Amino acid sequence: MKTKVLLSVLLSVGALAQAETVTVYSARNEQLIKPLFDAYTRETGVQVRFVTGTEGALLARLKAEGANSPADMLLTVDAGNLWLAANQGVLKPVKSAVLESNIPAHLRDPNGEWFGLSVRARTMFYNKVRVQPASLSSYEDLADPKWKGRLCLRTSKKVYNQSLVAMLIAQHGEQKTEQIVRGWVANLATAPFSDDTAMLKAVAAGQCEVGIANTYYYGRMIAKEPNLPVGIFWANQKAGGVHVNVSGAGVTRHARNEKGAIRLIEWLSSNKAQNLYADKNMEYPANPKIKADSIVAGWGSFKPNLINVAKAGELQAQATKLMDRAGYK
Amino acid sequence: MKPLISRGALYVLPVALLTLIPLAVVLASFLQPQPEIWEHLAEFVLPEVLRNTLWLVLGVGAGVLLLGALLGWLTAVCEFPGRRFFAWALMLPLAMPAYVLAFVMVGLLDYTGPVQTFLRESFGEADWFPRIRSTGGVVLTLTLALYPYVYLMAREAFLSQGRRALEAAQTLGLTRRQAFWRVALPMARPWLAGGTMLALMETLADFGTVAIFNFDTFTTAIYKSWLALFNLPAAAQLASLLVLFVFVLAWLEAKSRGARRFHGKGGQGARIVLYGWPRWAAFGLCLTVLLVAFVIPALQLLQWGIKVWAEEVDARYWGFVWHSLLLALLAALFVAAGALLLTHFVRRFPDSVTQWLSRIAVLGYAVPGTVLAVGVFIPIAWLDDQLIAVVNALGGAETEVLKGTLAVMLLALAARFMAVGVQPVEAAMQRITRNQEDAARSLGVTGRALLWRLHLPMLRGGILSALLLVFVETMKEMPITLMTRPFGWDTLAVRIFEMTSEGMWEQAALPSLGIVLAGLVPVVILIRQTEK
Repeated sequence: MKTKVLLSVLLSVGALAQAETVTVYSARNEQLIKPLFDAYTRETGVQVRFVTGTEGALLARLKAEGANSPADMLLTVDAGNLWLAANQGVLKPVKSAVLESNIPAHLRDPNGEWFGLSVRARTMFYNKVRVQPASLSSYEDLADPKWKGRLCLRTSKKVYNQSLVAMLIAQHGEQKTEQIVRGWVANLATAPFSDDTAMLKAVAAGQCEVGIANTYYYGRMIAKEPNLPVGIFWANQKAGGVHVNVSGAGVTRHARNEKGAIRLIEWLSSNKAQNLYADKNMEYPANPKIKADSIVAGWGSFKPNLINVAKAGELQAQATKLMDRAGYK
Repeated sequence: MKPLISRGALYVLPVALLTLIPLAVVLASFLQPQPEIWEHLAEFVLPEVLRNTLWLVLGVGAGVLLLGALLGWLTAVCEFPGRRFFAWALMLPLAMPAYVLAFVMVGLLDYTGPVQTFLRESFGEADWFPRIRSTGGVVLTLTLALYPYVYLMAREAFLSQGRRALEAAQTLGLTRRQAFWRVALPMARPWLAGGTMLALMETLADFGTVAIFNFDTFTTAIYKSWLALFNLPAAAQLASLLVLFVFVLAWLEAKSRGARRFHGKGGQGARIVLYGWPRWAAFGLCLTVLLVAFVIPALQLLQWGIKVWAEEVDARYWGFVWHSLLLALLAALFVAAGALLLTHFVRRFPDSVTQWLSRIAVLGYAVPGTVLAVGVFIPIAWLDDQLIAVVNALGGAETEVLKGTLAVMLLALAARFMAVGVQPVEAAMQRITRNQEDAARSLGVTGRALLWRLHLPMLRGGILSALLLVFVETMKEMPITLMTRPFGWDTLAVRIFEMTSEGMWEQAALPSLGIVLAGLVPVVILIRQTEK
């Protein structure tokens, strides 16, 4: 340990001569971010040092480290987690004309503490043999008794569903949303699944006829089995729009290399990086000027819900309690 | 009035502090009462999770005890076809992470899996097929994943009590069956209890496995409070209750064991050769358990692994393997040393303060992984702040001194796995008689020499078990590794995390196989050492 202390003293003396480094804590997985950081290093010479972890643990770590955190930037998935990070004071507001022009207002924090970098659409999927797409319409409609015994859902413990219900609360208020969720629970064909892939498989196998999932899980499944009898349906196109969520990033409050972190986030929102960022996981670029990957684009365009995704974080605890009350496991 | 601190307690304290400090951080959550969350949990969440958790504890407890003791008895004492092979092969499921087994079980046996699909295609329907995503399914899976703890310890017990004891009982007029129930089993009690306790602690703290079944337990309620209701203090409060429950359980077991002694007679008589149907029943049971708990999931991993081999494997993989092995080896040595010291001092200083302290020192294993990781990280970050202040005062510009070092990882892993080290060593200590110690003392072997010249050599079997268990556990461990590893220092378990957290189970197959293969080595070594 002594040598380490000594070493770090020595190293810090020579630190000025070192190449610039940006340090990132990431809840987005290594295989999705490493190609981007490698490209950034090739382009700019700036080193990106990162460590991955679960959202909650990284946030706890940032809080525990406080002013002595090595992190300059937090990269995480789901607006709920971004909102919480901002709410807990580990992020710093950023003013950037580049980011404000690249990222639409509803996909970033109103105070500039975080910015969405890719969009994840959570919509409806149906069994092509058993369901006419014309009979589908909205998330709310899935509570109708006509879907009794025909609906599959993923667990309410997944943040994606907490965000979806939070957005319903934002639109309809708590009381009506609780009725909708109770309707879903009454219509379930089987107990909620632990992940979207298992849920989509159940739709394909006919265990149920319709379900809600993120599009990239569908994309991965279809890539492997193109003949799967599962169709995608854009929910709430008449009113409200498809529920969208983001993965995104913010600069940490105690960043040593604040400018470097801002430059990296700006680069991630740019033409060069957006496709690399989103396509790798079949998500949608957050920057509206960039086209999605051809397979993803093939599913057609949709109207997204334009309420700021920060609402999902703000109402997440309320949504979770509501789902507990409604008996949604 | 008993003294607050004893000499023994002072010796035990350094090891106990590893767990005491993180536990204190978790307990400190009670300084921030969360009445509103508790009201919600009490009304809508806790009734069901308490019921589920109770069934889980009873089911898995009975399951691992029965299976582990029976298999241990068969391979340690009996003779039947394949006995030598099964003796070590039945340890293999230990290397299979429980969540991997769960994923494979659900994948194969749920409505959309190949079994039910085949049944539907052949017979039109398969509605009679039992639901795997059920209490029974979770209990079955966890039993198959965790029985090796009991098996390993039971084997050790039956081997060390000596088959002579059984023969003696029979010469005293007991039938073989009576001898088993009235001599062999009671004499193996500390081992069976220790192994079952480990399995239960792991069951209670488990999140990954039950999540795959979407089965709500006390631990899922902890994570819900933290990650969905954004309330870390409430989560820590719930976790404290879990620890308290385990503490009481351990205390009750020790109390009911009382002052009984479990000294072995030593000496190996002849094995009991099985004839007729028991011979093939033993073979069939061992084979079935091995197939379901290990071979089938391993084949599934192999199938996935081959598919993704080309795109996944690159030079970095050797780094992951090396880091996993290094970390597991160091953690095993560190924890086993801690366990030996703890057990030794408790024996030398049997006062109640030392006893209590040593019991608290093993509770880290009952805390859900990520909660403990936070409990460990907070004091480390605090300590680092002080060191950074010193270093930076000398002209540095550091954000990490201790953080991101292997030493911190080892301290954190020790906080988690001390129980895994202590249980086998403590059980082995039961075989050392007071007479042997008195004899050693009369020959001038006292104090520290007692540790080196009597305890260490005589506890060899227990220490080896401790090394094996901690080694394999560390390879599989995720939350603490994720939280404390240095930048760029990824392990196989980190790799599994990266893949499974995005639902890419096929890509997770390779690192899982890596863990299984690396786990094979110590399993084979251990069993060869103990096989007689």
